[in-house]
Amino acid sequence: MNEKKIKFVQGNEACVEAALYAGLNFFAGYPITPSTEIAETLSARLPQTGGKFVQMEDEIASMCAIIGASLTGCKVMTATSGPGFSLMQEALGYSVMAEIPCVIVNVQRGGPSTGNPTHVSQGDINQARWGTHGDHAIITLTASNHQDVFSITVDAFNMAETYRTPVILLFDEVIGHMRERLVIPEKGEIPLVERLKTSVKRDVDYHPYLPREDGRLPMSDFGGVHRYNVTGLFHDMWGFPSSDPAIVHGLLRHLVDKIMNNENDIARYKEHYLEDARTILISYGSSARSALHVVKNRRARGESLGLLELQTLWPFPAEIVREKCRNAKSVIVVEMNMGQVLQQVRAAVDKPENVFLANRIDGVLINPTDIRNIMRLIQGKGV
Amino acid sequence: MAIKDYIRERFFPHMWCPGCGHGIVLNGLIRAVEDLGINTNDIVMVSGIGCSSRISGYLDFHTMHTIHGRALAFATGIKMSRPELNLIVPMGDGDALAIGGNHFIHAARRNIDMTAIVMNNRIYGMTGGQYSPLSGYGTLATTAPYTNIDHSFDIVKLAEAAGATFVARSTAYHAQQLSDVIKQAITHKGFSVVEILSQCPTYFGRKNKEGSAVDMLERMKDVTTPIGSKAKKENPDLIERGVFVNEEKPEYCSEYKKIIERAMKGN
Repeated sequence: MNEKKIKFVQGNEACVEAALYAGLNFFAGYPITPSTEIAETLSARLPQTGGKFVQMEDEIASMCAIIGASLTGCKVMTATSGPGFSLMQEALGYSVMAEIPCVIVNVQRGGPSTGNPTHVSQGDINQARWGTHGDHAIITLTASNHQDVFSITVDAFNMAETYRTPVILLFDEVIGHMRERLVIPEKGEIPLVERLKTSVKRDVDYHPYLPREDGRLPMSDFGGVHRYNVTGLFHDMWGFPSSDPAIVHGLLRHLVDKIMNNENDIARYKEHYLEDARTILISYGSSARSALHVVKNRRARGESLGLLELQTLWPFPAEIVREKCRNAKSVIVVEMNMGQVLQQVRAAVDKPENVFLANRIDGVLINPTDIRNIMRLIQGKGV
Repeated sequence: MAIKDYIRERFFPHMWCPGCGHGIVLNGLIRAVEDLGINTNDIVMVSGIGCSSRISGYLDFHTMHTIHGRALAFATGIKMSRPELNLIVPMGDGDALAIGGNHFIHAARRNIDMTAIVMNNRIYGMTGGQYSPLSGYGTLATTAPYTNIDHSFDIVKLAEAAGATFVARSTAYHAQQLSDVIKQAITHKGFSVVEILSQCPTYFGRKNKEGSAVDMLERMKDVTTPIGSKAKKENPDLIERGVFVNEEKPEYCSEYKKIIERAMKGN
């Protein structure tokens, strides 16, 4: 293997490497801990490839700028953390409504408000789902190690193009700042999805918002050969504002269905020792590392423990969770919030009364001993 | 091209009230583009939210109707990706200077090549006549039933202080001049601001007893004067019209091109 392709980097840098691998050529952002290394690295790397980097006046402007650039044909990304993610929500909704591909990285810190900026948290799961107003579907992905950060970031760009939608990458402070080995795949090793372009010729009436039968929407680069309108209002196939009930209904169904009908294609997860597991841990992000440690450790002592690591958080892979947990006596969700994924797991499984929470919410990474102690409490054994 | 070749007739009639000044701005803008001979395919118009922002839908350019106050930020992404295109950003006074004030000053500071047209009717028309940052002390609005105690921005001074390299003001009454300053603004390489006083007889006019649309237009003639005129010296309250700033300064996209050249050499 080419040694140059092996790096020892922060998770934030792994995300940058993946974004460039996926074809990122426009980034706009605003400094915020713990995501700033993404902007710093890209300010150097992007212009080396002819790409553009701009530090905007705030996160609102950053989100707007990437949407504008994406419309002209660029692959775009922004990166932020909790407070900045809150500011991006209105424009994020615009990219849902106008169907403009983009990737938003949120390296989570403790919240609410300014919260615990340099410490770990996984508190933005529900905000990623419902942060912007109105009915909509959204894709949100996460990862627990740098190799997975790389592949899931490439996935995020691919899904953004496939479904013409914003994709949220929810990392956490530990993943963002921890250093570990990353092997950068050869070009072509991970397939890339390029933008689906319209075949409609110049001077032929082009309908920018008329989906194909498969729900996909071919694009024409804004500023190119077709002149059309883009709006955040409900709109017809020309992209013109409309409040016609049939158009409003049809568009909202399209926006939701194009994601929800492909739930299984979007679902990413990893399983460890699930076949005979009587107790299943469900986790994601950095807490999944601790959970995996517990599983391996207890397996060695003969306990039938397994781990389901979620990488797709939204749409929540409820069917998969239900299926995997069918034979488990108990399910323990390991996360660093007050139970945001716990709620989803309880709603998904056959016996919600057997689902428990093992969490930490104090800005400290939940470690294997924490999980083990909580498990003993759940099992009525005392610590 | 004929005027109607610039508009999307499919989407008319427009949604502006009878007597609104925004149609005059639309007309003046089309005449400016026609005079400059710019291909409609080379113009991108990005707008925000409000009465003024609907202008984008009516024009057969590449048009993007975005969210309230953020049009300049969207436009920045487009311009940086496609610097060869002409960016025109029409905004209302509330859109540009209340919710969008931060983006306004920062776009000016960067001196990114685009034309910001502020259609200043001193009111939030679309939501029904609330006071804006340009309504002015002592005016009335649906959210200032006793009197407005907010002082106004001076758009020209603000734009100049923020770093805009072309700043002009005209009015809907001075249709010839408004078209002429838009023309200069589009041609200028850098961030251009054109403030156009526009009338809202439905809300501002009615609330402040300024009469009909015609009365309001007549008033624009009376309260404005060319920059540095004798009348201004005699009556400092008169609002000046014309080109205030027209200077050269490194433009953002041209400068970024140099950054790319430097970064690539370092490879």
